[in-house]
Amino acid sequence: MTLIRYIAGRLVVYALVIIFALTVLFFVPRLGPTDPIEAMLAKVSSQGAYMDAAQVDALRQSLADTFGLGGSLWEQYGAFIKRIVLTADFGPSLSMYPTPVMELIRNALPWTFGLLLTSTLIAWVLGNFVGLLSGWKPNSPTSRVMEGIAICLYPIPYYILALVLSILFSYVWKIFPLTTTIRGAPWSWELVTSVVWNSFLPAMSIVIVVFGWWVISVKAQTNALREEEFVRYARLKGLGDGRILTRYVLPNAILPQITFLALQIGLMFNGSLITEILFDYPGLGLLIYSAVLQGDFNLLMGTISLSVIAVATATMVIDLIYPLLDPRIRHR
Amino acid sequence: MRNFFLHAPFRLYLGVVLVALCVILGAILPWFAPGDPLVWYTAPRNQAPGAAHWLGTTSLGQDVFWLLTYALRNSLILGLIVAGLSTIIGVFLGLAAGYAGGWLDRVLSFFMDALLCIPTLPILILMAALFGGQLALPIVGLLLVVFNWPYPARQVRAVALTMREREFINVAWFSGESSVRILVRHIFPYIAGWSAANFINTVLVGISTESALAVIGLSSAQQATLGTMIYWAINYQALLGGKYVWIGSPVIAIVLLFIGLFLVSSGLSMRSSARRMSV
Amino acid sequence: MISVDNVTVGYGSAGFIKAVDGVSLTINDNEILGIAGESGSGKSTLMRAIYGDFSTGLRIQSGSVTGRFADARTGKVIEAESSQFGSLWWDQISYIPQGSMSVLNPLMKIEAQVIDGLPKRERGGSRKDLRARIAAFLAGFGLEENVLDAYPHQLSGGMRQRVLVAIAAFVNPRLILADEPTTALDVVVQKKILLMMVEIQRRQRNCLVLVSHDLGVHYQITDRLVIMYQGKIVEAGPTADIFANPQHDYTKNLIASLPRLHGKRAVETMGVAP
Repeated sequence: MTLIRYIAGRLVVYALVIIFALTVLFFVPRLGPTDPIEAMLAKVSSQGAYMDAAQVDALRQSLADTFGLGGSLWEQYGAFIKRIVLTADFGPSLSMYPTPVMELIRNALPWTFGLLLTSTLIAWVLGNFVGLLSGWKPNSPTSRVMEGIAICLYPIPYYILALVLSILFSYVWKIFPLTTTIRGAPWSWELVTSVVWNSFLPAMSIVIVVFGWWVISVKAQTNALREEEFVRYARLKGLGDGRILTRYVLPNAILPQITFLALQIGLMFNGSLITEILFDYPGLGLLIYSAVLQGDFNLLMGTISLSVIAVATATMVIDLIYPLLDPRIRHR
Repeated sequence: MRNFFLHAPFRLYLGVVLVALCVILGAILPWFAPGDPLVWYTAPRNQAPGAAHWLGTTSLGQDVFWLLTYALRNSLILGLIVAGLSTIIGVFLGLAAGYAGGWLDRVLSFFMDALLCIPTLPILILMAALFGGQLALPIVGLLLVVFNWPYPARQVRAVALTMREREFINVAWFSGESSVRILVRHIFPYIAGWSAANFINTVLVGISTESALAVIGLSSAQQATLGTMIYWAINYQALLGGKYVWIGSPVIAIVLLFIGLFLVSSGLSMRSSARRMSV
Repeated sequence: MISVDNVTVGYGSAGFIKAVDGVSLTINDNEILGIAGESGSGKSTLMRAIYGDFSTGLRIQSGSVTGRFADARTGKVIEAESSQFGSLWWDQISYIPQGSMSVLNPLMKIEAQVIDGLPKRERGGSRKDLRARIAAFLAGFGLEENVLDAYPHQLSGGMRQRVLVAIAAFVNPRLILADEPTTALDVVVQKKILLMMVEIQRRQRNCLVLVSHDLGVHYQITDRLVIMYQGKIVEAGPTADIFANPQHDYTKNLIASLPRLHGKRAVETMGVAP
């Protein structure tokens, strides 16, 4: 019963957070002295895209429509929230007129999610493994070296690592491609290898940093758990190190980290945006970047709103899952 | 466990040395610069590192070494101001929420939670795109403060909540000390260590986020920061031209500065948790 | 079954700190032996040396602890030094810790924690059979089957302690060592658990070593008692004899300090379990 109340409470907060985020997004373009729509239109036409007066008017209308620029501020606000929450429609892209923004986003999202999920998963498994072993034997030379490496990797921003990796492995040693070009028919072997090959460096730049972070925190957790009574009891039961680590230490070390993950997701997302731009990787980051470069206001608002909502949702979902995984909270 | 704490000072010292190196480079050396390194063609173009130009020159005729000191200075100033304001606001609002409770606490807590789940960079990109393609440093700083005060605030609020229940606070309360005095004398020392660690962490986050924005060319082009230096290098084909020192020096500066900052902040938080345990 | 021969045990390698100083002791089959003494008397260190738990810098400086275990089923006889006992843990030897909140893995159900570590001979049959046997065994401790599906935090202190006794006893070992098993519990629960331990020992006809600072506990269940003081055994013998006629001044003081009821010592009114 308390659990249901907890979940309901979190869901209400979640809804409020999303509304808050959208409110921020609504007011940001209105903070400046210039009218963003006119600025955008000026930028689009200055880039030489030829449009006749009727087309410009249609565009202006579409922009005003999408962002509800008619009526009083409150009416605009209501229309904006309603439009995004109910229809998730951001209108047509201006630079790739008339492709709807949502279609472009739908094509880009699998790339971003694929990149983030795979690299986080790899980093998580490796980081737990190394962190667990080095926390179990904290004074062995290997574990000190591993911690040293992790400490040197973790504070480096993703994009710096992305830059270093691309300098080393694409410029100096020409091993990996400089920009992403995916080749092959859908679902062919060539396509799969091409995706893996092109995603390798962007993924590595995320894996390495996240790996460092997991090693540091899992090591600290494991070190503390070694002194726990239940670990001592398990040892006195004659259980082997492997079993104690996997059944007693690991679950207890992983559980509290779920909340850390919730705090880390936003930073990881930020990092992947820049990584994608630096590697020309066809995800949400590159889409945002091209929207900025081409002054595609609809695309920009769509991608930014979606990233904000996605990160907020992921954070809240993790927050919500935590008590379901911890029996001490689940069965109270 | 004992070893762990013997470790902390070493970590701290190494971090302090690295940060000090960057501070000397960024805070003192710019005074000795022969001229504004930002200005084009004040030096011969495309020089390799040598006696006249320690780190060589850019293809725009700028001295990389002096450019680096300026970039470090601006990045450090930005980071320090962002961290300073975020920490002050965060500690103040966190104490207010934890100490006052009730509606104020609920409203502040909601804003903390909400701002923590909103990714900073997309909002910054949106603003940069809307306001002419670039954001001035003060605006970047302001936005970073808005998104970074919740971290210290949440922590301080939690501490303040537990402190309200602590015996020695009650003793002070009943012996007639004023709220302000209790805050300053009893609660502040308790959160000082953690706040210092968080402050340094925020310096790191501030510099990192601004650089991220700058690397894709959306931060100020009027000032050199570590990020804009990287952006210029990429934009003017430093890589294709094989001028690795030009692009490498800000990259290495960021790496060293960040490792230093992280070592200091983790060393500080280790020390303060060690002290708290011994109390 | 276990013979402790003039053993000196302590901590540290550079500066050796003695905790047990030249102790000799024999533990026989089919008996309940009590080790009593105040904290710091070396009783827990002695217990660890007998169990063969030489982690955290514990080591035997001189003397020896040797064991001779006859497997109840195969009749095979194993002889070993206590430093080799590790391979006999949860087979010939088991251990009952003090049932604090954190002695069981908080993320593992009780059933899994009973099964984890069991020797092959007790594991036989299907998972369902095993569960049924464990449930029947727990019923003897007044624990219902649903305890098996509970997590440790859902049990009371008394239930947790009974589970720990059951886990150690279900192994069906030749030797059970219990370290202050009832210290944190109230007297009624304490008495119940002690009686269960006696019943189990009489049934399994193995040896139970009970370490406790509480002489009342020893009076209730032990057959033989050893009193330790400052790392040495100051008195040893049948429990009833020691209580009737204490020889050493320290023992006399300990017995005199027990609570009295109507002018008699409380322990006398409780009676000894059969």
